[in-house]
Amino acid sequence: MASEATEAAGHAAEAVEHAQGMPQLDFTTYPNQIFWLVVTLVVIYFLMTRVILPRISSVLAERAKTITSDLERAEELKQKAAEAEEALKKAEADAKAEARRIIEETKAEIQKDLDAAMKKAEAEIAKMAAASEAKIAEIRAHAVESVAAVATDVAQEIVSVVFPGKAKAEDIAAAVAKRAKG
Amino acid sequence: MATEAEGGFAIHPMDQFLVKPLFGGSELHWYTPTNATLWMAITIVAIALLFVLGTRGRGIVPTRIQSIAELTYGFVHKMVEDVAGPEALRYFPYVMTIFTFIVFSNFLGLWPYGFTTTSHLAVTGTMALAVFISVTVIGFVKNGVHFLELFWIKSAPLVLRPILAIIELISYFVRPVSHSLRLMGNMMAGHAVMKVFAGFAGVLGLGAIAPIVAISAVYALETLVAFIQAYVFAILTVIYLRDALHPAH
Repeated sequence: MASEATEAAGHAAEAVEHAQGMPQLDFTTYPNQIFWLVVTLVVIYFLMTRVILPRISSVLAERAKTITSDLERAEELKQKAAEAEEALKKAEADAKAEARRIIEETKAEIQKDLDAAMKKAEAEIAKMAAASEAKIAEIRAHAVESVAAVATDVAQEIVSVVFPGKAKAEDIAAAVAKRAKG
Repeated sequence: MATEAEGGFAIHPMDQFLVKPLFGGSELHWYTPTNATLWMAITIVAIALLFVLGTRGRGIVPTRIQSIAELTYGFVHKMVEDVAGPEALRYFPYVMTIFTFIVFSNFLGLWPYGFTTTSHLAVTGTMALAVFISVTVIGFVKNGVHFLELFWIKSAPLVLRPILAIIELISYFVRPVSHSLRLMGNMMAGHAVMKVFAGFAGVLGLGAIAPIVAISAVYALETLVAFIQAYVFAILTVIYLRDALHPAH
C-alpha cells in the first residue's frame, strides 16, 4: 500500500491523472471514504432527529388541527344558519297566523257593529212608518168627516134651491148620512 | 498509462470517479479531506437548505420549498408505515437519513464537474452493510430465536423446508451485496456513459449534434434513475426491516 502511494505520488506530478480501471475498486481510498461517509451520515442524522423531523411533524400536526377545527367551525356555523332560517320561517308563519287572526277579529267586530246599526236603523224606520201610518189614518178620518159635512152642505143648498123653505136641515143631514153609509 | 492518451482523442470516462485529496498533495490518509468529502459536505448543506431553511417559516400554508420538504417527509413516512407497519416508525429517522443522503448525492452528482459519492462501493457498501447488520440485530433482539423462522418456511412441504432454508439463508447474506451494487452500478454506469458521449462531442467539435442529443437523453434518464435508485435503496431497507420485525411469513 505504501509503495502504491508513492507510485500515485509520482503520477500526480504529471499534468493530468487518469484512472486505471475502476477507481471504485481502489481499496486505498476506502478508509477515507468510509470515515467521511460516517461523519456525513451522523451529521444528517442529528439534523433530522434534532431539527427537521420534529419541526415538520409539528407543522403537519398543527395544520391537521387547524383544518379540523376550521371544518368544525364551518359545521357549527352551518348549523347556526339552519337554525336561524328555521326561526325566520317560524316567525313568518306566526306573523301570518297573527295577521289572519286580527283580520278575523276585525271582521267579526265590524259585522257586529253593522248588525247593531242595521237593527237600530230598522227600528227607527219601523217607528217612523208607524207614525206616518197614524198620521195618514187621522188625515183620512178627517177627510171622511169633511166629505160628510161638505155633502150635507151641498145637499141643503141644492134642496133649498129646488124646494125653498120646505125641507128641514136635520132631515137632510140624516138622509145624506144614510146615503153615505149605504 | 498517460503515454497513449495525450492526443486529445482519448476519452477517460472513469476519471470522474477518482478520489483525490482536496488541497493537493498525494498522501491519502483516512482523515484527508478529498473531493468525496467536499461533495458529502455539499450534500449536507443542500439537505440543510431544503429541510432546515426551507421549513423555517413553519407555515400552516407552506411555501414551495416547505412543500417539497413536507412531501419528502410524507413520502418516506408513508413508505415506512405501509411496508413495515406502524411499529417500524421508530426507525423512520434512519430511513429518512439514508434516503435524503442518497437522493441528494445522486442529484448533486449530475452537476457538471460534480462528484457522485454514491457511485463508490465504499459508500454504498458501508450503508448496505450497516443496514444488514442493524436489521439482523433488530431481528434477534425483537424476536429472539424466532427470527430464524424467516428461513423456515412453514407454508412449504416439510421435505422441502431444509432446502428452502439453505436458499433463504444464502439470499439473506447476498442482500447487502445486491443492495449496494445496484445503487453503485446504476450511478457509475450512467455517469460513465455520459462522459463517453461527452468525449465524442469533444472530438466532433461543432458538428456534434448526435452526441449532444444522446447526452440530453441519457441525462434525462439519469435524472429519473437518480430518484428511483434512492427510492429502491430506501424501500429495500424498509423491506428488510419488515422481515426483522415480522419474521414469520
